[in-house]
Amino acid sequence: MPSVFSEQLQHHLAGRILLEPEIPFSPELLEQHLKQGWIRAEPAIQGEFPHCVCLRCGNRAPHLFAEFPCAHCGKTSIYCRNCLMMGRVTACKPLFTWAGPAPAFHPPRHPLHWEGTLSEGQQAASEAVKIAILQKNELLVWAVCGAGKTEVLFNGIEAALANGERVCIATPRTDVVLELAPRFRRVFPDIPIAALYGGSPDRHKWAQLVISTTHQLYRFASAFDAVIVDEVDAFPYTFDETLQRAVQKAAKDRCARIYLTATPGETWQLECKAGKRPFVTIPARYHRKPLPVPIFKWAGNWRRKFEKGQLPVPVEAWVKKRLETGKQALLFLPNISLMKKAEPVFKQLHPSIESVHAEDPERKEKVERMRAGKTPLLLTTTILERGVTFPNIDVCVVGAEDAIFTEAALVQIAGRAGRSADFPSGDVTFFHYGKSNAMVKAQRHILSMNEEAGKRGLLDA
Amino acid sequence: MHEYCLFCHQPLTHKLSWRTLIFPQPGPLLCEDCRAQLEKITPPVCPKCSRPLARLDASYREGDLCLDCARWEQDPEWAGVLDENISLYTYNDFCKDIFTRFKFRGDYALAAIFADGIKEALKSRAFDCIVPVPLSPERLSERLFNQAEALARAAGFETANILHRVHAEKQSKKTRAGRIHQAQTFYMEKDISIEGRSVLLVDDIYTTGSTVRHAAKVLREAGARKIVSLTAARS
Repeated sequence: MPSVFSEQLQHHLAGRILLEPEIPFSPELLEQHLKQGWIRAEPAIQGEFPHCVCLRCGNRAPHLFAEFPCAHCGKTSIYCRNCLMMGRVTACKPLFTWAGPAPAFHPPRHPLHWEGTLSEGQQAASEAVKIAILQKNELLVWAVCGAGKTEVLFNGIEAALANGERVCIATPRTDVVLELAPRFRRVFPDIPIAALYGGSPDRHKWAQLVISTTHQLYRFASAFDAVIVDEVDAFPYTFDETLQRAVQKAAKDRCARIYLTATPGETWQLECKAGKRPFVTIPARYHRKPLPVPIFKWAGNWRRKFEKGQLPVPVEAWVKKRLETGKQALLFLPNISLMKKAEPVFKQLHPSIESVHAEDPERKEKVERMRAGKTPLLLTTTILERGVTFPNIDVCVVGAEDAIFTEAALVQIAGRAGRSADFPSGDVTFFHYGKSNAMVKAQRHILSMNEEAGKRGLLDA
Repeated sequence: MHEYCLFCHQPLTHKLSWRTLIFPQPGPLLCEDCRAQLEKITPPVCPKCSRPLARLDASYREGDLCLDCARWEQDPEWAGVLDENISLYTYNDFCKDIFTRFKFRGDYALAAIFADGIKEALKSRAFDCIVPVPLSPERLSERLFNQAEALARAAGFETANILHRVHAEKQSKKTRAGRIHQAQTFYMEKDISIEGRSVLLVDDIYTTGSTVRHAAKVLREAGARKIVSLTAARS
């Protein structure tokens, strides 16, 4: 029996928790390493049905476990329904982790190659991030939409990488992984970087910097010295406790945790105000102009109007004005069925008006047409509230009082306007049939960010 | 009562009434949105294979039957091999999502979605034995359960696993011609007699009808008197 472990297997398994089919090495090699204690095999599901725990995803919800007659063990076995999409975890098959010596990285002394400069607001946040990463603390970066959050991470990440530490950036959405990975590869050219999402080619890659969807973190355990969670308030991260546990599990016991968001949830906001949660704000955009503040307009019973095949008068006037001046606009509606009813009515104003929603098979093409300036007005559900950036648009919400439009959603929606330095302003209108608390809070949120930015001298006159 | 939709995991809302209070019902497994996407097959259908005829062009029909069944019945090798196929739901995009998760991801619990439909369809019928269409041993060790057997068991039926299958390429990877002219992959368990018996074959999806007919042929050769197949979905 060999007395040295396989370095390839070590690289494959260190910091990870995997099922046998996810380990592309021979069963004999696996067996040897198990015997030597370099690999640990643990029962994947622990406890009695239905009160069990999935060791991979941390699921504990009884309705997300089920029993089945297993052809492998010939008995009734349990499987986890929560992380099923990543390959089924069953009670009769173990999960494997690396238990041997930890692998080392050999990064260059100064891995960051970036010529850009940080704005004043970014600079302050960047320093706070670096300190939190070095001291393994928790920090919330509360940065307005368009503040330039990514650059704020560079210095802190460089410090960790130079120390030979392993760093992870987790985000709820694959789009963001795909957008971030090339940016980080450009500024850290000598660091092995893996971009992980469902079906990613990098999934077996040994990397010091991992950019991953929150789901893919299920396959990590005690791996990272610093975890950065982007859009910490965004679906599905807030809703899914198991995803939060995945982030905890992927981190080492002593690990820096950096959370990024433009719209922290209410609890976090209160914790910040009470001084219980360390945070840093970037209240101004990188182009140093204030955020467009939403204005409220009463639109009467908009629901009934749409159902009768008409447009609420103030909405029609708003849209017509945009069509006349040729300024593109996004119009948010509370749900798909309402949007489908409203679309033909809007189309009478202009034939190129389109609508898009989460399950729309043409979603990408429609967003492209909007970006190319071919669509004067795009109707959308909350799907476009985040991430998507069009340079020069106005934004409105029809039915802004609907429960789907939370404070966070409305702040994000307002954050779509005035993104580029060439067109730093834009109109944001919330049409309603009775103001909601969320609307008032969203407006107050934006006003207070502008006020803070003014006080800190982060805005140009 | 079920608290969450079995498919999308959203919390279920229950209408509370005197009736539900006095006679507690298990309630639906799926939420309204998911249920609305399941498309039940309703008459008029081809009496042989349950193919919905309402939207079928006249050129795809021959007498009472759909053209596919007419072709099967004109082929001396296949005529009369299968008495009838009963299908419950149209294999639409939603149904496809269910089966992808059920079969390929291995979400065994989803079989329960079809339990009531299967019971309902078999209510006024009796069979001597219920035989699930088998998987090859290789496929079974990959999936860890047989989806056809799971469907029958979810509906509360004991199955007689008397058919076996040798390993071949996946059905879903083949063309229609490839499916029909494939070699026989099924064989009967030794020393079992089904002479003169009526048999219900259970499978997940009816596409060309080739799988159930190949299975039925083996049963017919073993002496089965009547063979009906029940498939949860039909494309």
